[in-house]
Amino acid sequence: MPELLQFLFSGVTVGAVYALVALGFTIIYNASDVVNFAQGEFVMLGGMLTFVCHAAGLPLPLAALIAIAATSAIGVAMNKLAIEPARGAPVVSLIIITIGASIFIRGGAQLLFGKQIHSFPAFSGDTPLRIGGATILPQSLWVIGGAVVVFVGLWLFFTRTLTGRAVLATSNNRLAAQLVGINTGFVMTLSFALSAGIGALAGVLATPITLTSYDVGLAFALKGFAAAMLGGMGNPKGALAGGFLLGLIEALTAGYLSSQYKDAAAFVVILLVLFFMPQGLFGQKSVDRV
Amino acid sequence: MRVSAKSATLLVLVVLILLSPVLFPSGYYYRVGALIFVNAIAVTGIVILTGYAGQISLGHAGFAGIGAYACALAPVHLGLHPSLAMILGAAISAVLAWLVGRPILRLKGYYLGVATLGFGILVSMVLNNERQLTGGPDGMEVPDLGLRGLLKDAGLDLTNGQFWYFLCGIVLIAAAWLALNLYNSPTGRALRALHGSEVAARTVGVDVARLKLQAFVISAVYASVSGSLLALQNKFITPDVAGFMHSIEMVTMAVLGGVGSILGAIFGAAVLTLLPQVLTVFAEYEQLVLGLVMMGVMIFLPQGLLPSILRRVRGKDE
Repeated sequence: MPELLQFLFSGVTVGAVYALVALGFTIIYNASDVVNFAQGEFVMLGGMLTFVCHAAGLPLPLAALIAIAATSAIGVAMNKLAIEPARGAPVVSLIIITIGASIFIRGGAQLLFGKQIHSFPAFSGDTPLRIGGATILPQSLWVIGGAVVVFVGLWLFFTRTLTGRAVLATSNNRLAAQLVGINTGFVMTLSFALSAGIGALAGVLATPITLTSYDVGLAFALKGFAAAMLGGMGNPKGALAGGFLLGLIEALTAGYLSSQYKDAAAFVVILLVLFFMPQGLFGQKSVDRV
Repeated sequence: MRVSAKSATLLVLVVLILLSPVLFPSGYYYRVGALIFVNAIAVTGIVILTGYAGQISLGHAGFAGIGAYACALAPVHLGLHPSLAMILGAAISAVLAWLVGRPILRLKGYYLGVATLGFGILVSMVLNNERQLTGGPDGMEVPDLGLRGLLKDAGLDLTNGQFWYFLCGIVLIAAAWLALNLYNSPTGRALRALHGSEVAARTVGVDVARLKLQAFVISAVYASVSGSLLALQNKFITPDVAGFMHSIEMVTMAVLGGVGSILGAIFGAAVLTLLPQVLTVFAEYEQLVLGLVMMGVMIFLPQGLLPSILRRVRGKDE
C-alpha cells in the first residue's frame, strides 16, 4: 500500500502543475478561441525570472512576485503584438503564431539566461513528510495547494464578480457582449495577463522540485494542452480534472508498468477518450450553424 | 497561348531544379538543395491534407519516422533492398494512417490537433525507447541505396551531392504532379468542397469521412517517402525525425509559403530550410529569428509568402 500511496502523491503533484497550465490554456481559449502554445513558456519564465531575481539578492517571495508580474506583462504584450492583429485567422495560422511566439520566447531566454539548469530553495524546507508509510515533499503541498487555490479563486472570479461575468459573456458571444457594453478588448488583455500569471505561478511553485532551464516550456505546453483537451477545452473543471488525471496516469504507469512509456500511457488514454467522447470529458457538444 | 496552372507549376519546378545548379558556388549547395526537396515532398502531402481538405495534423513527423526507420531496419532484419524498404515504409504508413485516421478524423480543429499530436509522440517514443532495435536517441546507421554505384557503372558519374539532388528533385516533381492531378480530379474537387463546408459537401453527396481518410493516407505516404529519402541520404537517422518539432516544421513550411498551392508550399519549404543555413553566422539568434518569421508572416501575409508576393507583382503589372 505505501507504494501505491507514493505513486499517488507524485501523480497528484505533477497533475497539479499540469492542471495550472491547463487552466491557463482554458482562460485564453475562452476569451479568444486561441489555443496558446506559448503557455509552457510562461511556466519557464516564472521559474527562470524568480531564480534570476533571487540570485540577485532579493528575498524569495518578492522575487516570485516580480516574476509573476513580469510574465503577465509579457502575456499582455503577446496578445497586443501577435494575437490581436491576427484576429479571425484560421486555426492553423493561430497555431503557428503561438508556436512562433513560444520559439521566440525560448530563444530569448536562451540568449539572456544561458543553457544551464537552475533552481531555488523550496519554500518550507526539504524534509519529507511521512504519511501512511509514504513520503511527500512540503513543496508538493505548495504545488497542490496552489492549484486548488487558483481554481477556487477563478471560480469565485467568474461567478461572483462583474468583471468575471464579463469574461464569461465575451467567451459565449463576443458580439453580444460588445452590444451590452462590455469592453472585449480589455477582457482579452485581462485573460492573457491572468493566464500568463497562472502559468508563471506554476513555474514558481514547481521549480524547486522539477528544476528549470530555458527549454522546459515545450513539455509543459504539450502536457497542459493534452490535459485541457482531455477535460474538454474551455471548461475550467475539465482542465483541473484533466490535469490531475494526466498526472496520476503518468505516475501509475511509471510505477507499475514502465517509466519510459509514462508519456505514452497519457496519450493513449487521450486518444481513447476522444474516440468515445470527441469533446473531451466535460466538453459541451458543439453544434455547427450552417 | 494559355498554359494550365498544372503545367505552369510543373514547368516552373522542372526549370528551377535543372537550372539552379548553374548558380551553385560549391558542391555543398547540392546537399542543401536535396534537403529542400526532401522537405518539400512532405510539405506537398500537407498541402493535400490541410490545403485541399482543411484538416490539421500535428503528428505527421510520425510517418516520416516510420519511413526513415523502415529504410534503416528492413535491409538489416528482413534482407530487403533499401528501395524496397522505402516502399515497405510507405505501405506501413498508409495502413497505420488508415487505422488511426478512421477514429480521429471525426474530430475537428484543436481536438484533431491533439489526437494527431498524440500519435506522433507515440511513434517518436517507441523509436526513442526500443534501444535494442533502433539504437534509442543516439540513432542508427542506414544502408547505402546503391543506385549511385549502378549509375557509375552505366557511365553516369555523379558526386554524392549531385546524385541526391537530382534523385530527390525527380521524386519531388512526381509528387507535385500527382498532387496537381488530384487537385483537378473529382476527388480533389470533393475535398475542396468539404474544406469549405462539411455539411454542404455531405448534402450534395460527398462521402466526407472516406475522403478525409483518403487525404490523410496520401499525405502520410508523402511524409513517409520524405523520411525514407532523408534517412538514405544521410545514411544515419535519429528519432528527431519523428519529433514534435519536425511535425510543426512541416505544417509551418506549408502554411508559411501558402498552403493553398503546391508551389507556395514548396517555396515555404525552401525558405525555412535555407533560414538556418543563412543564420549559422548568428546561431545564437536562430530561434529568435525563426519565431519572429513565423509570427510576422502569419500576421502580415496571412495567405502565405508566395501568394502575397505574386499578388504584389501582378498588382504592379495592371
